[in-house]
Amino acid sequence: MNKTALYNLHKKFNAKFVSFAGYEMPIQYKDGIIAEHNLTREKSGIFDVSHMGQLFIVGDDKLTDKLQDIFPTDLKNLSVNQSRYSFLMNENAGIYDDLIITKISNGYMIILNAACKEKDFEIIKSKLGEDFKISLSNDLSLVAVQGPDSKNLIEKIIPGVNKLKFMFGGDFKFNSNNIYVTRSGYTGEDGFEISINNSDVVKFVETLISLGSNLIGLGARDTLRLEAGLCLYGNDIDENTSPLEANLKWAISKNRINSNFPGAKQIQRQINEGVTKLRVGIKPEGKIIARESTKIFDENNNQIGKITSGSFGPSVKSPIAMGYVNNTYTKENTKIFLEIRGKKVSASVCKLPFYKKNYHKGDINVGS
Amino acid sequence: MSEVKFSKEHEWVTIKDDVATIGITKHATELLGDIVFAELPEKGTSVTKDGTAGVVESTKAASDVYTPISGEVVDTNQSIVDDPSKINNDPEGDAWFFKLKVKDLNEINSLMSREEYEKFAKESTN
Repeated sequence: MNKTALYNLHKKFNAKFVSFAGYEMPIQYKDGIIAEHNLTREKSGIFDVSHMGQLFIVGDDKLTDKLQDIFPTDLKNLSVNQSRYSFLMNENAGIYDDLIITKISNGYMIILNAACKEKDFEIIKSKLGEDFKISLSNDLSLVAVQGPDSKNLIEKIIPGVNKLKFMFGGDFKFNSNNIYVTRSGYTGEDGFEISINNSDVVKFVETLISLGSNLIGLGARDTLRLEAGLCLYGNDIDENTSPLEANLKWAISKNRINSNFPGAKQIQRQINEGVTKLRVGIKPEGKIIARESTKIFDENNNQIGKITSGSFGPSVKSPIAMGYVNNTYTKENTKIFLEIRGKKVSASVCKLPFYKKNYHKGDINVGS
Repeated sequence: MSEVKFSKEHEWVTIKDDVATIGITKHATELLGDIVFAELPEKGTSVTKDGTAGVVESTKAASDVYTPISGEVVDTNQSIVDDPSKINNDPEGDAWFFKLKVKDLNEINSLMSREEYEKFAKESTN
């Protein structure tokens, strides 16, 4: 089992650990998921996301051209230090991974999901050929600091970060070593992600804690991202769902739709002909929780879909879920039924996100 | 009221006359985390020792609640359905789950004392 550089610090703060994508990761600390969720929404929270892959590819305009053959994203119009949410797809537009591409001074940095990173690396490497240096870092940790207080907190340690706009990054220093900070995250809150050497990360996080922030586990990360309507790879998106089915068409650059990235033909077909299933938000009636794999039915008892993520939303104070339904059931307020422990429970289709906050000078609203 | 007894499924039970009050242990709530949903058996139904008699859900997962003894459900605690966080706050007090008219008082003999349960809980966590 892999451990991140922050493992001992998690332990010191009484983390409960779970195995996640081959890593022993903190699911929660002593106060529990709801308290951690609320701390992030109301103040700030620190997330160890070092299990995620940090892929670096060195190259110039030739690399940009080559990457445009792999990703459905307009990279030519991306300025240095700008990030975009994107996908690695198969020929059927099934999603191998969802990821964040950032243009950096000597090439690109791509943040990959932990469970997918090795496979992504092989796919991208084989598509790039021998011309570009590509590496998946083992030396770097990744820490997300999220919540309304995060900007003032981080500014104290890393002067200047406050000027970053949402989905932009830059080079900064901590402990006189280089770090890379982006204004981004996956909680629906304003926040930052800091790529930092393993040897400096403990001190960095301890400094944040001494300034009043708190470690937050994967449990609250899940309820936060679910409230924000964001997909969890492996649950809400996978190789059998396309970005259009996942209601993530916004992440495919308009000027790239007719180009030649893997899955382009299927994307074009789905744009022209529509999709047969679509990811929607779902609100169960009452307090009952619909977990992943819960079957969804119409009023005539026909199965029309499946829940892919479901939990209790601590900020919205009710159960929330998302899942895929047949395309005729996607309208807001459509009444549906969820089969939970043998009983049919009423629910309705609703808009995503469940919880909305504005990102800092948000050019793109990831949650909508 | 009898001495409180415990099951391996982390329920507690006390008996007064022939009515048993049943809930889940503090240790169980610590394992579950924040409880956000509770489902109780219906009044009038019969439940059998070690059979399911409810569900609790935390932010993480759903867990069945088992009854440590057999009997007929004579009362349920609606307040924990309305506010499941009560279960975390006072699991072995106000947040009892249901009351049974006990079928066979001898069934309680197979359950653990507090001391035995605490030892069991500690061992099963490690």
